[in-house]
Amino acid sequence: MIPLRQVEGRAISLPDADIDTDIIYPARFLLITEKRGLGRYAFHDRRGAPGFPFDAPDAKEATILIAGANFGCGSSREQAPWALADLGLRVIVAPSFGEIFFSNCFKNGLLAITLPAEQVGALHGAATAGATIAVDLEAGTIAAPGVTTIPFAVDADSRESLLNGWDETARIRARHSADITRFEAAQRRASPWLWTKDDIDA
Amino acid sequence: MARTLYDRLWDAHVVVSEADGRSLLYIDRHLLHEVSTPQSFAALREGGHVVHRPATQLAVADHAVPTHDRDRPIADPLARAQVGLLERNCADFGIDYLRLDGPDQGIVHVIGPEQGFTLPGMTLVCGDSHTATHGAFGALAFGIGASECGTAMATQALWQTKARRMRVTFAGALAPGVTPKDMALALIGRIGAAGASGHAIEFAGEAVRALSMEGRMTLCNMAIEAGSRTGLVAPDATTFAYLEGRPRAPASASWDAALAAWQDLASDPDAVFDREIEIDAATLAPQATFGTSPDQVIAVDGALPDPATLADGAARAKLEKALAYMDLAPGQRLAGLAVDHVFIGSCTNGRLDDLRAAAATIRGRRVAAGVTALVVPGSGAVKRQAEAEGLDRLFVAAGFQWREAGCSLCVAMNDDRLPAGARCASTSNRNFEGRQGAGARTHLMSPAMAAAAAIAGHIVDIREDAA
Ligand code: SF4
Repeated sequence: MIPLRQVEGRAISLPDADIDTDIIYPARFLLITEKRGLGRYAFHDRRGAPGFPFDAPDAKEATILIAGANFGCGSSREQAPWALADLGLRVIVAPSFGEIFFSNCFKNGLLAITLPAEQVGALHGAATAGATIAVDLEAGTIAAPGVTTIPFAVDADSRESLLNGWDETARIRARHSADITRFEAAQRRASPWLWTKDDIDA
Repeated sequence: MARTLYDRLWDAHVVVSEADGRSLLYIDRHLLHEVSTPQSFAALREGGHVVHRPATQLAVADHAVPTHDRDRPIADPLARAQVGLLERNCADFGIDYLRLDGPDQGIVHVIGPEQGFTLPGMTLVCGDSHTATHGAFGALAFGIGASECGTAMATQALWQTKARRMRVTFAGALAPGVTPKDMALALIGRIGAAGASGHAIEFAGEAVRALSMEGRMTLCNMAIEAGSRTGLVAPDATTFAYLEGRPRAPASASWDAALAAWQDLASDPDAVFDREIEIDAATLAPQATFGTSPDQVIAVDGALPDPATLADGAARAKLEKALAYMDLAPGQRLAGLAVDHVFIGSCTNGRLDDLRAAAATIRGRRVAAGVTALVVPGSGAVKRQAEAEGLDRLFVAAGFQWREAGCSLCVAMNDDRLPAGARCASTSNRNFEGRQGAGARTHLMSPAMAAAAAIAGHIVDIREDAA
């Protein structure tokens, strides 16, 4: 995972509510078993619609997406954040997110930030005006011209992982293998029926 | 302190907790399908990880598979490669795989319970948002992404943030013609597609207790359409009767021990929920969606809302956009609206109860001219049982197509896809733009309503069809 500390750049404004992951990444492209290069399918069926913000000439340079409420709802497909990350996006700001999408973002070096609708509204304004927006994960702030600096919060572990580019699997194994072994021993005693098949297979 | 069922399940699986409220949760079971796991296995290989407890994993191909001509190799090269990759990955990592040509294949959320792989009191994950389905058994089940699938396989644990508690109580008994699907749709219509976001729903009340396991699964399945990753029903005699003797359920002494432990999987009587919703089941009418979000739903005898009456600009724009996509007008009625496709199936409504309800609607009539109607059993076992009851013959005689098990028209990523502009009465769970094919239009409803729409050639109020 590529570490993320500060991101400064152009932002795309997509204010529609309930943009589901089928819109972000249509199902028919899910047959591809790769993780890289999926940006070309992002919003595939919305491309070319009049005024679609990802079609704007300067959209390619954007590193930030300002989105609407319940962004990324629906299917758990991680192709949605993979495709957005492949377009060069590093930060998504919205009033709320689909929960699985939200968690998927952090696994892929994408910082998802939830803010009150009013503050997101101000950022939509800045993005539409073509302003440069600065997101600082270390300081926990978003700054844009004409907008009072906005503080944001991210849970401690996700923040640390993003700042350092850590991989979750490796991190759990390194830090909690002993905890997991202890849990398993206790569960095996208390609920042996959850372990019958392990015993048969062993 | 009094605890809810969700608290109980959560507490029983905490490995460690962080000060900020996140917990590392132990994961008892993981279901895999072909679409969400290729990259998970790639990550395992990259990181040099093995699967920690292969016995807790079960894999099946469902999304990309064709539902016809299954004796031949899959024609679509991408789908063939994807299914082949799942087979190879399972072989390489020692995971049980239910073969596409075997008797147990089916939609991942149908086969989990059917196999007795899903059990009360456990945590269960799958790279699929409809994993909430398994909560019908009193399991803490939730959908995850492909990265987390890899993590769950390698470590048997996932970092999770605890949700707030929400109880949805359906009081009273359902009227004839009104089904669990209508309960789910009515709830989503009431609270919105993000209404339960951040919450774990427990379904309770007389109408829920009265449901079969199939019905409870339909209800929990659509928790995600209300924004929640988790739907729960406390296990009871109905649950235990369903599970006893299933191939992967505990047996003999093991079953007795499990059964004893499952008895107190319920919310304490004085447990406090962060949010309570009460719905009078007796007054519910059959529902159908009209838009492109599952909360754009009305009683089938109602009229479509008018964007002009909405004060909030964003809400108005959303409704206008949906009506334009669906080619519908404010004030229009759904009953009488012509459909050209009908889909009966999916992990929401592809079980035996659903097929029986659809078949009972036929009564010697035929699918209307110009309507293509598919019945797709949720699993091979559902298909065999339906055939043993003669349901397939009823469907085929009426002009429905009788297919092999799979996700089929629920998701436009296999051979079953709708053309642009098609209008479909569907028993699936998502009416998103393009979900059944780019430019296709979906109306979600119950199996009986979908079957009745196939016969009439337009959406009908099932209460009038039965009369
Ligand atoms: S039937 Fe539909 S919702 Fe269910 S698992 Fe398949 S694609 Fe997903």
